[in-house]
Amino acid sequence: MNLNSFLLMRHEIVLVAVALILLIAEIFTSPQNKGRIRGLAIILFAINTIIGFFPATTGTLFGGMYSTLPIHVIVKNILNIGTLIVIIQSNTWLKNEENKNKFAEFYIVLISTLVGMFYMISAGDFLMFYLGLELATIPLAALTAYDTTRNQSAEAGIKLILSSAFSSGIMLYGISMIYGMYGNIYFDLLNPAIAMNSLTVLAFVFFFVGMAFKISLVPFHLWAADVYEGSPVNVTSYLSVISKGAAVFILTVILFKVFPTISDLWQKVVWVIAVLTMTIGNLFAIRQQNLKRFLAFSSISQAGFLLLGIIGGNEMGMTSIVYYMLVYIFSNLGAFGVISAISNVSGKENMDDYNGLYHTNPKLSLTMMLALFSLAGIPPVAGFFGKFFLFTAAAQKGFYILVLIATINTIISLYYYLLIVKAMFINKSESPIPYFKSDSMTRLGLAICIAGIVITGFASGLWEMITKVAFGM
Amino acid sequence: MGFLSLLVLIPTITIIAILFTKGKEQARLVAAIGTGIQLVLAGILVWMYLSERSAGNTAQMLFTTDFVWFANLNIHYFIGVDGISVAMIALTAVVLFAGIFASWEVEFLNREFFISLILLSTGVFGFFISLDLFTMFLFYEVAVIPMYLLIGIWGTGPKEYSAMKLTLMLMGGSALLLVGLLGIYMNSAPAGQPLTFNLLEIAKVTIPIEAQRLFFPLTFVGFGVLGALFPFHTWSPDGHASAPTAVSMLHAGVLMKLGGYGCFRVAMYLMPEAAHEMAWIFIILTTISVVYGAFGAIVQKDLKYINAYSSVSHCGLVLFALLMMNQTAMDGAIIQMISHGLMTALFFALIGMIYGRTHTRNIYEMGGLMKVIPFLSVVYVIAGLASLGLPGLSGFVAEMTVFVGAFQHADTFHRVVTIIVTTSIVITAVYILRVVGILLLGPIKDEHFTHLTDAKWYERLSTVALVLMIAAIGLAPLWLSNMIQHSLVPVIQKLSIVTGI
Repeated sequence: MNLNSFLLMRHEIVLVAVALILLIAEIFTSPQNKGRIRGLAIILFAINTIIGFFPATTGTLFGGMYSTLPIHVIVKNILNIGTLIVIIQSNTWLKNEENKNKFAEFYIVLISTLVGMFYMISAGDFLMFYLGLELATIPLAALTAYDTTRNQSAEAGIKLILSSAFSSGIMLYGISMIYGMYGNIYFDLLNPAIAMNSLTVLAFVFFFVGMAFKISLVPFHLWAADVYEGSPVNVTSYLSVISKGAAVFILTVILFKVFPTISDLWQKVVWVIAVLTMTIGNLFAIRQQNLKRFLAFSSISQAGFLLLGIIGGNEMGMTSIVYYMLVYIFSNLGAFGVISAISNVSGKENMDDYNGLYHTNPKLSLTMMLALFSLAGIPPVAGFFGKFFLFTAAAQKGFYILVLIATINTIISLYYYLLIVKAMFINKSESPIPYFKSDSMTRLGLAICIAGIVITGFASGLWEMITKVAFGM
Repeated sequence: MGFLSLLVLIPTITIIAILFTKGKEQARLVAAIGTGIQLVLAGILVWMYLSERSAGNTAQMLFTTDFVWFANLNIHYFIGVDGISVAMIALTAVVLFAGIFASWEVEFLNREFFISLILLSTGVFGFFISLDLFTMFLFYEVAVIPMYLLIGIWGTGPKEYSAMKLTLMLMGGSALLLVGLLGIYMNSAPAGQPLTFNLLEIAKVTIPIEAQRLFFPLTFVGFGVLGALFPFHTWSPDGHASAPTAVSMLHAGVLMKLGGYGCFRVAMYLMPEAAHEMAWIFIILTTISVVYGAFGAIVQKDLKYINAYSSVSHCGLVLFALLMMNQTAMDGAIIQMISHGLMTALFFALIGMIYGRTHTRNIYEMGGLMKVIPFLSVVYVIAGLASLGLPGLSGFVAEMTVFVGAFQHADTFHRVVTIIVTTSIVITAVYILRVVGILLLGPIKDEHFTHLTDAKWYERLSTVALVLMIAAIGLAPLWLSNMIQHSLVPVIQKLSIVTGI
């Protein structure tokens, strides 16, 4: 092992460097120049995202605890892009008076959760996985409680930390059973060793339930809505997109790598959970008035769709999950970007407040419509391609009934996405949200999302690239 | 890119051009120019197709372009046309062009209106040229979704309810369809060979019968929802009644044909065994569609509802004829699609014009319109006569061919349903003549109506264009049926192996 081998951890190292630079800058900036840190954070993070795309070496470190494969690099880059959008979008909100003295913390905490996710993604054994997971979760609780002046935000923080501590406990219990039985925790060594017996099944169930809590799959989703509603909009978007994406990815990897021998079992579990998650997430979303809560439930049902890729259980499944993650980042962040822009200006977050929005703010409404159509999977925007490939992955294994249930669920989801479109375009309002000109950063964030939504679908090159590396799994 | 891609490209460019227009005048002018170019293109396409065929080119699909899109899934952008698609494209271009002029006076958000309308037509054109199931499905959905905004924003009556009902039911159909298409894809090649979405390639293999039994009903019903197959037709009356004029025209005239077209091009062509096995179920359903739709039209008071139910009846006849699975009946089905497309577009255009003058669609509040707006009234009568199948107009050719074809089956079941379906001619006559009597003849009910003005130039333009087409098919159906016949051969061949006809 030499210094060069640390380059395998380039993504993580650059991120830590960014966090440290921001921390030092925070100390040495005079109070009246504090605002510059926001600009610095965006620039540094953009550089970090670009560095991520440099050609990467692959290999393992620490005796297999940590590994870098091309697919990891791609997923990390996708998450980098998503986080960059979140950071750009949160710029306006951080300008607020109440956040004046603490926005450096926001960036540092945000980046450290991302570092945690990166370690989790690259994990080669359960220990590294668990470390990464905790590093990703605990600072998140601080982020959700970032609005110290609001009770709801504090409540969200405490709910998140309690439920994630609880789920971590359950998951660790499952991992310890595996260790007890097979004597090691390395994915590669466990792969041939895992056999079908009742203790393994119990271990798997504990592990899966723990992960289901993190991804907020039904019936372990009850914390999600409150936490999403209580947190600041930008943190909600981070929670529902980036952190969910990373968790789904690692769940897929572990199911494929560690538990292939009991795939008959977990396919049944995933089947049932997928149906429940899609359907219940959708049915609850219909009744929501608060848009953050609404998107929370919609993102629960989106996680259900991702399970269709998992159940495919092959390269196609892996590719479609990573691809959908990319599509989902652009679509959901687009929707959240509009909500946050409006909430920053007017403080309004309810569906009724959006009545007649098209007549006062046509561009924002169109962006919102594109994002919602992409979430619903309507062509020609990217969401259609993402959903189609997920369905193809599940159909490849012959789960036609599951695909049928999923397609029917997309229709249910289309219904409630159309409700927002209806509010913006069709409903009339006495007092619509007046016209406002959003600042350049908000517009930049939304522009990236729109470009992503429009281009990702048509650019088949992206899909091919992911496929190529997914086959290397 | 190839000539055919222009059919999708031109509307897309038109949409972008409309985005940059300022004011009502410019937007509608650009829309008219764009759709005008599209109409010319369609004309050139018909001419190119006919000259290619007369030069002896017997390939199943002409002007094909193949462009690999998602290589490892074998998804291609694969387009090409045969006689049927050419005819449908020509129909779409005519109806779209007429539709733009029928909505010349749209005031509210008129740029957005034309954009949505042309986006819808992009989907339709794309659907008719696609030979790859993925591309086809993509365009199918593109054609459906603008309907929500078109009805929701510019519609009348309970528009929000109708828009939501229509969108969700049609998308529900596409949900079934998606599963059907994936099922076809997974069985599209013998084990070990790459799967494909290519329609012509899949037609060469025989999909296992178990798979066909599962996926044929999904595909057929999926398309059938759009073709107003009973009992999935309920979106049609509400949707058509609430939609603005041009949208009703395009939707009833063209979009509903996507259903019938998909049924034979995908469902029956690729899965003939299951089609033969299950035909009886769908024949019964379509028989109900035809008769029930016609009876439904008798009792309606709203002009648009009358026409919407009449569309259910006529589109039911299309599916009915397809399921007869012989050359004559299927010819008739295609002619019926075109004929109904023109006729119903004309109807909806006229209803829009009459409504724009009288501000009511209730036939009992109007009367004697023949005396005040003779031009529109006469055209209405012509449309009505075409609908009830008067010789010399397109409806007669279509229905005659369908019934002759259907009667070629000698068994009791087919005989009985054919006789039942034939009664719809009489019922159609009843509701058409009833409307003509109440609406156009008799005394003028409301004295405000005496001041109504007759059709303006653009209204005359759009209606006369449609009437000419209807008469052309009625008087000289041969060129149309020649164009179609050749193209139906591959489908008939595959079916005839199974049915033994």
